[in-house]
Amino acid sequence: MTWDEVFELLAVGFQETAWMVGVSALLTAVGGLLVGVLLVLTDSGGLLAARPVNAVLGLIVNVGRSLPFIILLVAIIPFTRAVVGTTIGTDAAIVPLTVGAIPFFARIVEAALREVPADVVAASVAMGATRRQIVGKVLLREALPALIAGLTITVIAIIGYSAMAGTVGGGGLGDLAIRYGYQRFETEVMIATVVALVVFVQLVQMVGDVLVRRLSHR
Amino acid sequence: MIEIRGLRKTYRSRKQSVNAVDNVDLTVGEGEVYGVLGQSGAGKSTLLRCVNMLERPDTGTVAVDGVELTALGGKRLRIARHGIGMIHQHFALLSSRTVAGNVAFALEVTGAPRAERRARVAELLELVGLSGRADAYPSQLSGGQKQRVGIARALAARPKVLLSDEATSALDPETTDSILRLLLDLNRRLGLTILLITHEMTVVKRICTSAAVMRDGKFVESGRVADLLRRDSELARDLFPLDGPSSVDGSAVLDVTVSGDDADKPLLAEVARRFDTDVRILAGHVETLAATRAGRWRIAVPTAASEDAADFLRKSGAQVGVAS
Repeated sequence: MTWDEVFELLAVGFQETAWMVGVSALLTAVGGLLVGVLLVLTDSGGLLAARPVNAVLGLIVNVGRSLPFIILLVAIIPFTRAVVGTTIGTDAAIVPLTVGAIPFFARIVEAALREVPADVVAASVAMGATRRQIVGKVLLREALPALIAGLTITVIAIIGYSAMAGTVGGGGLGDLAIRYGYQRFETEVMIATVVALVVFVQLVQMVGDVLVRRLSHR
Repeated sequence: MIEIRGLRKTYRSRKQSVNAVDNVDLTVGEGEVYGVLGQSGAGKSTLLRCVNMLERPDTGTVAVDGVELTALGGKRLRIARHGIGMIHQHFALLSSRTVAGNVAFALEVTGAPRAERRARVAELLELVGLSGRADAYPSQLSGGQKQRVGIARALAARPKVLLSDEATSALDPETTDSILRLLLDLNRRLGLTILLITHEMTVVKRICTSAAVMRDGKFVESGRVADLLRRDSELARDLFPLDGPSSVDGSAVLDVTVSGDDADKPLLAEVARRFDTDVRILAGHVETLAATRAGRWRIAVPTAASEDAADFLRKSGAQVGVAS
């Protein structure tokens, strides 16, 4: 295989990975934020304290966290089919990627929100702030640097997961590395893929770090 | 301005229950600076948090400016809270907002329009002496400056009452002094009623007109500082600790407490002159408190004259006790 051919493959693989990771990261950010905020609010002593809701939510998150991604991928095939109508391809991979990453990010969100000092929240309550104001202007805003740092970690984890999505025909860089690099002994493809993944992860981390530095005033 | 009746708050865990606040009554008049003094764990923090319902009392009532907060919930409680400012030991500022942003937050909460917020923020920063630092972030400020932001924020919605939760405990003595001066100034200029909790004697000395000593969830004593000094009170002993010897051969050792104008009268000289005796001062203070002048001495008077001396001092308005 010539290097031109390798680059062509790589370009396609990179596009597929970027699409899978981009869409899943977006959905995960929204879903994880929602679940994380609910975990904090419903905890005993929280602003919407509700033990049973908190316990059930925590259990669901833990189940999601305890399944190895490769198993989750297969286990939710019926769900994936119901959502996107197929179980093969990049779009199909987005479903398990999102389902797998939401619990992961939700716990990160929960930890980040708990880092907001209790007296800052109490001060807002004492001022007569509404729950919506406290969540939006205090909890999320104060935790924003930690949330961005957490999202960076999550996106990089999703890039890792996305390589496994290749095994169900998900496409992307990981798929490329396995089909060409491993199964067909195309060392050039393997090396190129590894380099591409390293660069991709590096870029994501850099963007995350810059954002965190800009936003943090602690 | 603040009326607390029969307040109780108990924390229960599986093993034990703690009466954090145990049947406390408290009245703070308009324009008063009321200090609750106590060791950590005495329940004073819980008491303060019950005033604006950060903690719900188990029983009892709390009324601020004639509104019974214990009967309120939801929106009405939130609106009532706009009328009660609060400052905190560790300042509790938003690290993501500038000084101006922190003060503005208190106005956003009340729903003030943007233009009004801007003008009011400038006015408040002027009031606390931070006009030049509007765009600084809290992490760039000193402790004293942070507390000034806290005070500006607490006053944003023009409350009549300010609750202070150990507001100077994290500050060095000099900064404590400047913050106390600011609070006293606000009390006088705005007629602001202040209820504060502290474990520092200086705070009570410098700014409190009334005080209570709290222990194990109960008020051990309470009243106007000047009145408490006129009695054999724990507060007097705590404010003016006397560490001189408690016995001297051939003499009676007396602890004398005076307040108001009496503090500046030549009482001890008068004793010496009148009973033709020696008076030795073993320990003593005379200080200017927020609302009164006050002094306390430990003196040794030869036994022969001690009865007469004690009688005379009592008649002159002093509180006299035998040293122990």
